[in-house]
Amino acid sequence: MTEDILIAEGLTKHFPVLGGFPFRRRVGAVQAVDGIDLTVRAGESFGLVGESGCGKSTTGRLLTRLLEPTAGRIHYRGRDITHATRKELAPVRSEIQMIFQDPYASLNPRQTVGRIVSGPMEINGIDPPGGRTARARELLETVGLNPEHYNRFPHEFSGGQRQRIGIARALALDPKVIVADEPVSALDVSIQAQVVNLLARLRRELGIAFVFIAHDLAVVRHFSQRVAVMYLGKIVEEGPRDDIYHRPRHPYTHALLSAVPDPDGDGGPVRERIRLAGDVPSPVQPPSGCRFRTRCWKARDVCAEVEPVLARADGSGPGHVSACHFPEPPTVERATEVILDPALDPSSPAGD
Amino acid sequence: MDDAFLSVRDLHVRFRTEDGTVHAVDGLSFDVPRGRTLGIVGESGSGKSATGLAVLGLHDPRTTTVTGSVRLGGQEITGAPEPVLEKLRGNTVAMVFQDSLTALSPYHTVGHQIAEPFRKHTGASRREARQRAVDMLGKVGIPHPALRVDDYPHQFSGGMRQRAMIAMALVCDPQLLIADEPTTALDVTVQAQILDLLKDLQQQTGTAIVLITHDLGVVARTADDVLVMYAGRAAERGTVRDVLRTPRHPYTWGLLGSMPRLWTPVDQPLTPVPGAPPSLLTPPPGCPFHPRCAHTERVGGDRCRTERPELPPGRGAACHLGEERTR
Repeated sequence: MTEDILIAEGLTKHFPVLGGFPFRRRVGAVQAVDGIDLTVRAGESFGLVGESGCGKSTTGRLLTRLLEPTAGRIHYRGRDITHATRKELAPVRSEIQMIFQDPYASLNPRQTVGRIVSGPMEINGIDPPGGRTARARELLETVGLNPEHYNRFPHEFSGGQRQRIGIARALALDPKVIVADEPVSALDVSIQAQVVNLLARLRRELGIAFVFIAHDLAVVRHFSQRVAVMYLGKIVEEGPRDDIYHRPRHPYTHALLSAVPDPDGDGGPVRERIRLAGDVPSPVQPPSGCRFRTRCWKARDVCAEVEPVLARADGSGPGHVSACHFPEPPTVERATEVILDPALDPSSPAGD
Repeated sequence: MDDAFLSVRDLHVRFRTEDGTVHAVDGLSFDVPRGRTLGIVGESGSGKSATGLAVLGLHDPRTTTVTGSVRLGGQEITGAPEPVLEKLRGNTVAMVFQDSLTALSPYHTVGHQIAEPFRKHTGASRREARQRAVDMLGKVGIPHPALRVDDYPHQFSGGMRQRAMIAMALVCDPQLLIADEPTTALDVTVQAQILDLLKDLQQQTGTAIVLITHDLGVVARTADDVLVMYAGRAAERGTVRDVLRTPRHPYTWGLLGSMPRLWTPVDQPLTPVPGAPPSLLTPPPGCPFHPRCAHTERVGGDRCRTERPELPPGRGAACHLGEERTR
């Protein structure tokens, strides 16, 4: 049994909305994340998918304690870090690192690559054997960059290379968990695949757990063993990857999957096309009961009155939970059953 | 092809920059018949957007040189005087941009922005034009169009703004629509709505569409034909079915191999194209893809490094590999 390394319970973040005249006061709250539970196991990749505004990035920032949660608890290796002070947090910070979406905004243009990568070691007063410079060069090599480029500046690199620099920086402190917020969405397709493969190799070789946040369902499927689908600040479905992608029970997951354009044309198995009407409602005043009901084709009165809880629906596999009063029937197996690479399975000895 | 509404021959677009001349589009030729959709696929810097702007004559002549031929229904666009282009734009040919927030004016109501080109091109009265704007908003699926017509763009959501921009582009029933990454900024569920809308409208009006995108999935869902671009040149051309099922250019293989799928087994790592696209300031000689290509050995000699492969007319790939093209 692998260790549950990062646990969040009832995690909530409300951003105040100010308004009124002449004195601005709190008139409401954006319920960006509203009471979610999640568990990340050591060495696994946990995928968090959803559309813009669903709260996935806020969740990532809460987990790394870049944002202060409004309510709920975060435990890292058994320690409650929800309201830990800066000082208490310092050792944990070095074990939970983050990779950001924008490879242009997340690197200081005035610092050389070497300084950027060795920065975390400097701040934390870590002196690796052989010195920080040697370690930084080694890290650049690990992420597939030329260590000779140590003295160059970020503008001399392409988007994909910059993202590699950000990854090298995240690796500098030997983290146990990396929260990657849309790490490949700013990159071109051919470069995207290089970075996804790099992250997969790092996870396998260094045993780092990932919280992989992305809107692209296909990328998440490729990189994650367990996946949670978010909608308007709530997790609506969570489970092992193949259950989510092949046997989704929540109507929203179904709709999301059917909306992804498939480059193989009619080559893939025929999936019922579901078109959701309209847009995601405002998170300031989310719908009562089930938050998805305003766009759901199955909504009935009970959906407006009772909020569905995450639970295992009849016929779902172990660990597969969904929050819906009228879950979809378990779908038929697809023609090509997914074969798991033993090297990608964190529970197998090869994974460690 | 005689029935091609848009016909582009040997198009070159060169930008003058401080660092030198960027050859953004390098000898591109293609046709789009009425009622069909051509998907132009490529990564950033492949020249796909520069091609779209050239078709509308929108490049700034002070910094950009456009040569070659762009014919719209028989009329030459390149080098045409501005008054002629103004008559065509918004009337015969219209464009939908990626970023609807910057493409729409924040100072005017959505209705005004839809009605304006209609009044300009048809001489309709204000009342008629307003009615037309309401009709168009309804057509693109905006609920309560008569109420929303007086809203400003910021009052619309991203998906609704994109719909409004499509309404604006289609208000004069153009014969050609250029859509440059029309759904890239949108969520997948909204993207599906917009792509369906474009297809529906095309079936009603028979408009030819050039869909510029980086996403082969979008092309598979929406386009009839596809042109794969790399470093300003056409790498491969054919029907969507042919190109996606039996791709012939190593770059297309790379693109398809790079894309994670929802169905295929996940037991293998993705097969990305190594390296990065070349700088268009100093494009590589010969085939522009040869520095990243794994098949130059099979061609033999220095051919890929010295000789520029030509794209045959119709279905084909600009590659020296010849007949034994297999992955």
